[in-house]
Amino acid sequence: MTLDWPILLPFIFAGLMGLAILIYVVLDGFDLGIGILFAFAGDEEQDTMIAAIGPFWDANETWLVLAVGLLLVAFPLAHGVILTALYLPVFVLLFGLILRGVAFDFRAKVPAHRKQRWNRAFFAGSLIASLAQGYMLGVYVLGLATGLPAMVFGALVALCLAAAYAAMGAAWLIYKTEGELQEKAVLWLRSALVFTALGMAAVSIATPLASPRIFDRWFVLPDMVYLAPLPILSALLFAWLWWQTFHLPKANDRHAMLPFLTLAAIFTLGFAGLAWSFYPFVVPDRLTIWQAASAPESLAIILVGTLFVLPVIIGYSFYAYRVFGGKASDLRYD
Amino acid sequence: MEADPLILSRIQFAANISFHILFPAITIALGWMLLFFKLRYNATSDTAWMRAYFTWVKVFALSFAMGVVSGVTMSFQFGTNWPGYMERVGNIAGPLLAYEVLTAFFLEAVFLGIMLFGFRRVSNKVHTAATFLVAFGTTMSAFWILALNSWMQTPAGFEMRDGVAHATDWWAVIFNPSFPYRLVHMLLASGLTVSFFIAGLSALRYLVGDRSESMWKALRTGIFAAAILIPIQIFAGDQHGLNTLEHQPQKVAAMEANWETEANVPLILFAWPDETTRTNRYEISIPNAGSLILTHHAAGVVPGLNDFVGNHPPVAPLFFGFRIMVGTGILMLVISWSATYFLWRRRTLPRVLAYLLVPMTLSGWVATLAGWYTTEIGRQPWLVTGVMKTHEALGPVAGGHVAMTLAGYLALYSVLIVAYLATLVHLALKAAKDGDESPLPSVLGRPLSQPLQHEGKTP
Repeated sequence: MTLDWPILLPFIFAGLMGLAILIYVVLDGFDLGIGILFAFAGDEEQDTMIAAIGPFWDANETWLVLAVGLLLVAFPLAHGVILTALYLPVFVLLFGLILRGVAFDFRAKVPAHRKQRWNRAFFAGSLIASLAQGYMLGVYVLGLATGLPAMVFGALVALCLAAAYAAMGAAWLIYKTEGELQEKAVLWLRSALVFTALGMAAVSIATPLASPRIFDRWFVLPDMVYLAPLPILSALLFAWLWWQTFHLPKANDRHAMLPFLTLAAIFTLGFAGLAWSFYPFVVPDRLTIWQAASAPESLAIILVGTLFVLPVIIGYSFYAYRVFGGKASDLRYD
Repeated sequence: MEADPLILSRIQFAANISFHILFPAITIALGWMLLFFKLRYNATSDTAWMRAYFTWVKVFALSFAMGVVSGVTMSFQFGTNWPGYMERVGNIAGPLLAYEVLTAFFLEAVFLGIMLFGFRRVSNKVHTAATFLVAFGTTMSAFWILALNSWMQTPAGFEMRDGVAHATDWWAVIFNPSFPYRLVHMLLASGLTVSFFIAGLSALRYLVGDRSESMWKALRTGIFAAAILIPIQIFAGDQHGLNTLEHQPQKVAAMEANWETEANVPLILFAWPDETTRTNRYEISIPNAGSLILTHHAAGVVPGLNDFVGNHPPVAPLFFGFRIMVGTGILMLVISWSATYFLWRRRTLPRVLAYLLVPMTLSGWVATLAGWYTTEIGRQPWLVTGVMKTHEALGPVAGGHVAMTLAGYLALYSVLIVAYLATLVHLALKAAKDGDESPLPSVLGRPLSQPLQHEGKTP
């Protein structure tokens, strides 16, 4: 069998883009979530929370640039359609990301009496960015629909994604902190989990109802049987994590990393479900990945670079996470 | 009143990219400057170098954050406002942008964490290497984005098939005719921006009474670097101008407000270019000097705007933008050379010069923005010279939405720029207060992997 590159390349790039989005959601998810939890924390706790994400957030956000970049370079037609349709939510997202990104740095450098102002900006920016992402997800699963029902649904998903990020943030804090803050984080995780589960259920139900095509992808035999583990496994993981929140933190800080990994697994399952729903469309029911793709020669030249560079990126990202592994301590430049 | 989405989108793009470029203009060269501080410290074990490093690494962190968040905005702008751009030339622009993300963004973002917060967690060698990798990453980022920008100015190595650009020769795409000049010009611009930032804020410290060794080291580094870079920049800029004359003569004609193609063109020092009558008002000029600079002989023929009627950029913004850039460059030359004279021969800095250096902190920004406006407005009416015009790329966005988001961006950027500058002043004054007394890491309880044993017995 010969490889049909014009068919294969867009497929590979759709996979890479999906991977970038998933990594972004998991990684920036925890630092956006910590921004949301900022509102519930005291002054010293806030410093510790910042220390838990300080060395990572820049790189985490770069995955968004990669994801949008891949959409831009591999599927330029889709990039245009999606981003013009989501014009205002994109602006809100960027506004939030700008605000929180700089607030993060300002709060540590401005005179003490102005710190509180940037703390609030960090919380507001994180919340705004999370809500905007959720809203965009909601509108996207409805096929970029407009009108009041789509907006209401978008708002619902927005709240749930913000809660999901808060859960990620809490799970990360369980891993990175100790003592009182860690106990607080467990409670945060428990509350946020409820809304996370609600959001995933809402998206799972709405997606097939909004599109007959997606309905047919899920509810036919025998596919239904093969797909069943996706929702069942997600539900089990949710239940298990919920149960865990009554037992954390454990002696010797055992299993501190587990809540975060469990949530990452749940995100991955949800993401796989979305991918199954929408494939092969990149703009729901309008443009397939092949219709929207760049020329194969251009994709090929990007792929060559990606295959060399991506493993290196993942490698040195792991290195950075290892350097800053363990419990978060005071962040200092020196 | 119906808002025009084309003009508004252009203003919005200009606002976003103007705000963005301020910060890469700092981080590109500041990364190398920090590496220099670090290497001097490694070589001399003089803690003043490390104090200079810690002062400026904070500025780097803040500037980097500002650059990242405004850069994320840029990656969305293409799709939100200009979808036609990627539809037409995505096959060229895509790979260049992708390589920027892959080879530069991740490198700098990941090692930034180690550079900023890893001093006590990794060995000195690894920390120095992280500083190098961050500096290298910022420079790589400049390489790729300037390759794309230059390709839009002077496209090469492609062919059009069914109205879509396809690359035929990637080497020619990347190393298109204006790229080497633009890259050198921009890297030097970044070097000068940082030199004057360091010199200016160190002069501020000097003025409030700081005479610490770390202040002197930073001040001398900034001044000497500026004094070395500015003549090189003037030469590089001249070469870049000649390259533009060859490939985009209409841009040079607009920069010089030269309405007719002719020999013995004067050098216009001041004028008010009037596009309706296609003449200059209130012109003050030096005879033949224009021909002399552009063709290197007094009787040289210089192309004028009459060859490009209806197809050349607006004249006044280029004319003034270019003059602001050159004027700032001359100021940089005068001030950095005078300061060098006093620092070198008299080993001190006159207060007058210190007072002049403080506002010069922002001279690099002024020159960089003026230069970019000149070259980018100078590409109009084309988005990609000869391939597509700017209005063809505009997406179906409502003018009202663009106006609303533009107002939002402008409000946010105004607040941030004020906060940024206030924080820089605050950091400089704090450093001035601490002087050489600021605690170095050795006072902390943690075991150190860094060589700080010289603390307390400096020669």
